[in-house]
Amino acid sequence: MDLNTKFTPQSWPDHPETATMEAKNKFVGFWLFLGGETVLFATLFATYLALKNSVPDGNEFRTETLFELPLVFVMTMLLLTSSLTSVYAMYHMKNYNFKAMQLWLAITGFLGLGFLALEVYEFYHYIHLGFTYGNSAFSSAFYTLVGTHGLHVAIGLVWLTLLILRNAKRGLNLYNATKYYTFSLYWHFIDVVWVFIFTVVYLMGVVG
Amino acid sequence: MTTVSNSVEQKKGFGAMLWDWLTTVDHKKIGILYLIGGGFFFVLGGIEAMLIRFQLLIPNNDFVSAGFFNELITMHGTTMIFLAAMPLLFGFMNAIVPLQIGARDVAFPFINSLGFWMFFFGGLFLNLSWFLDAAPDAGWTSYASLSIASAGHGIDFYAIGLQIAGAGTLMAGINFLVTIINMRAPGMTYMRMPLFTWTTFVASALILFAFPPLTVGIFFLTFDRMFGANFFDHTMGGNTIIWEHIFWIFGHPEVYILILPAFGIFSEVFSVFARKRLFGYSAMVFATVLIGFLGFMVWAHHMFTVGLGPTANAIFAVATMAIAVPTGVKIFNWLLTIWGGSIKITTPMLYALGFIPSFVMGGVTGVQQGAAPLDYQLHDSYFIVAHFHYVIVGGVVLAILAATHYWWPKMFGTMLSEKLGKITFWFFFIGFHMTFFLQHFLGLMGMPRRVWTYMDGQGWNLFNLISTIGAVLMAIGVIVLIINVIITTAKNERVGNDPWEDGRTLEWAIPSPPPFYNFAQTPLVRGLDSYWIEKQEGHNGYTAAEPVTDIHMPNGSIIPFFMTLGLFIAGFGAMYRLEHDWGLPVLIFGLAFTFLTMGIRSIKDDLGYYVTKDQIRRMERGRD
Repeated sequence: MDLNTKFTPQSWPDHPETATMEAKNKFVGFWLFLGGETVLFATLFATYLALKNSVPDGNEFRTETLFELPLVFVMTMLLLTSSLTSVYAMYHMKNYNFKAMQLWLAITGFLGLGFLALEVYEFYHYIHLGFTYGNSAFSSAFYTLVGTHGLHVAIGLVWLTLLILRNAKRGLNLYNATKYYTFSLYWHFIDVVWVFIFTVVYLMGVVG
Repeated sequence: MTTVSNSVEQKKGFGAMLWDWLTTVDHKKIGILYLIGGGFFFVLGGIEAMLIRFQLLIPNNDFVSAGFFNELITMHGTTMIFLAAMPLLFGFMNAIVPLQIGARDVAFPFINSLGFWMFFFGGLFLNLSWFLDAAPDAGWTSYASLSIASAGHGIDFYAIGLQIAGAGTLMAGINFLVTIINMRAPGMTYMRMPLFTWTTFVASALILFAFPPLTVGIFFLTFDRMFGANFFDHTMGGNTIIWEHIFWIFGHPEVYILILPAFGIFSEVFSVFARKRLFGYSAMVFATVLIGFLGFMVWAHHMFTVGLGPTANAIFAVATMAIAVPTGVKIFNWLLTIWGGSIKITTPMLYALGFIPSFVMGGVTGVQQGAAPLDYQLHDSYFIVAHFHYVIVGGVVLAILAATHYWWPKMFGTMLSEKLGKITFWFFFIGFHMTFFLQHFLGLMGMPRRVWTYMDGQGWNLFNLISTIGAVLMAIGVIVLIINVIITTAKNERVGNDPWEDGRTLEWAIPSPPPFYNFAQTPLVRGLDSYWIEKQEGHNGYTAAEPVTDIHMPNGSIIPFFMTLGLFIAGFGAMYRLEHDWGLPVLIFGLAFTFLTMGIRSIKDDLGYYVTKDQIRRMERGRD
């Protein structure tokens, strides 16, 4: 693989993310990794459902009284939109439009950052109310599930920042096309996980 | 392009050699590292086993204290499963699978190295508990109520050590999956893959789906013990049964992660030394996949006595017994492979022949325990201990010993002594049955497992005595093997491509040990047992699929070592955070170090290097 090969939008392959052997390996490996991540989150969801509203005597915290949908709705919209903008970025990646891709990825990053900031505020708010990590089995399960997702978002943001910065001068090539593509897969994955969290934790929580 | 270092041709000083091993990304060298690491922990776990057996030699013994005994059984189980059996199998998978599918390396050489170092440092972390605090003492299953209450840092060593080692295992699993999916040589279709490659493939899929639950379970345990969470504390609304479910959702597939590669090893050995094509190849493949699938459906048979109710118990009992069907298919296929073959009784073949009756006995007692009502009687007795040692030692360990003798020439270029090999086999095999056969009856007579000592006059004395003598015989067998390895290495008599003379698969078509690029030209595979086909047609070596071209190889890297070192340091910080001021800074430093090295890896372009046509021609000529 030669980094110095210059491409034009015409010579750029249709599927740059799987154009070399290394890229194919990364592509398949990352899908498999997401398979493992699915099982990881499934375990966290199962535990959360088993411990939902399971608190010691005299503890007042319940999903019905604790969660408020407006904030979570805004968070959901931010993350869903960021998934859309990452699709735009991949569209430009396939068209060999490096600048537009970087721009849409930066927008993706800012939307993700907004989501994360609101999540930090949400946790801060709960802890202020006394719903701490060690408050009950329910609180531990809640923070661990939602927090693991939040950690994934944070790791994704660091990854994205490194990608944007390290390639700013290099431009797009067959070596980093896969790196961008796997990031977008990851970002979609944490978006899908959030859809489940929104449904299972918040919607089903408010209903009771 | 950078020039290639002709590592096969040069003599190096000790420092350069050490650096070479620390930075290697060559699957063959990583295979050897896994063998060394796994072998070390195997001996450690063996010593723990010997101490256990000496304590149980006579009634009312006080050779070790009760607390120390609990640490011994916990560490023996944990070490043997996570740090000995799996890494030793990974060693063979690494060394052999790329050769069997005609690849030059694994899909992710860097991650391969990272996986090894994480296993090694995780194991080291776990075993440092002997010196630093107290070893874990809640059993290898570490059931939550007990492990939450355990004083000291023993359980924390267990949790953090397994977390690090487990992450390494997951990486190795993904790596093997992608290698087998993407890197097969032209003509190597799925249904032409050797059985060892197939079982590695399925075992890796099991790793991918079984290890994340373990990761989560251990995090819960860590958070409960060290960060104030309440997952398993029923006074805070927690539920201790959650640990058992999560542990066994991992733990049962883990059993198949161990035994499937063992099946693969024996499939190779039977067909090579019976000098016949494996009987029922496609049925073998199907049975492997089916066992892997059913392996996820049976975890609650470890929990029949928890009280999940008759419906749950009945479903899991039926699913458990169903696994006996594909396993039986395999046993009959092996028997029919030997049937009518031109049999050579070599050391690996002896292990394979010994494996069939031993493993069938373990399987039969497994079906007995699968009957839920009977399991109420057998649960937590020595019958269980006898059962799982029959499948793990009679299956996995015999396979590892067979593979050690079988693939030693391919990995090291020398042949282990057949004479000493057979001595090892007989000591180990007889010792194994002496140790564990009578434990079935001890269990039926009421002896519970995990007891520190027992009273006189219950009729258990003689059987325990015989059992300990058997363990000594096994230890002698292992010592003979170590002597064999030392003598063979000292003699250093080099062997050719196919030292068993009946090799059937691609690894025997290339030199022993293979050059660092494995195949000078990518091979063309023309059927199952491709090397056998070539030999039948009078060819020496393999048919090439391409002319000699430049070969792309990955660069070595020290980053995996440092990344793991960071986690290792962070582990100590996390553990001592509560009682020492330096804990938190050390935790942060360790994690930061890991992420920094990871960032360096991510920012640098690492494109590997090319071995030119001329260099390959020169090296290939130099060998002839």
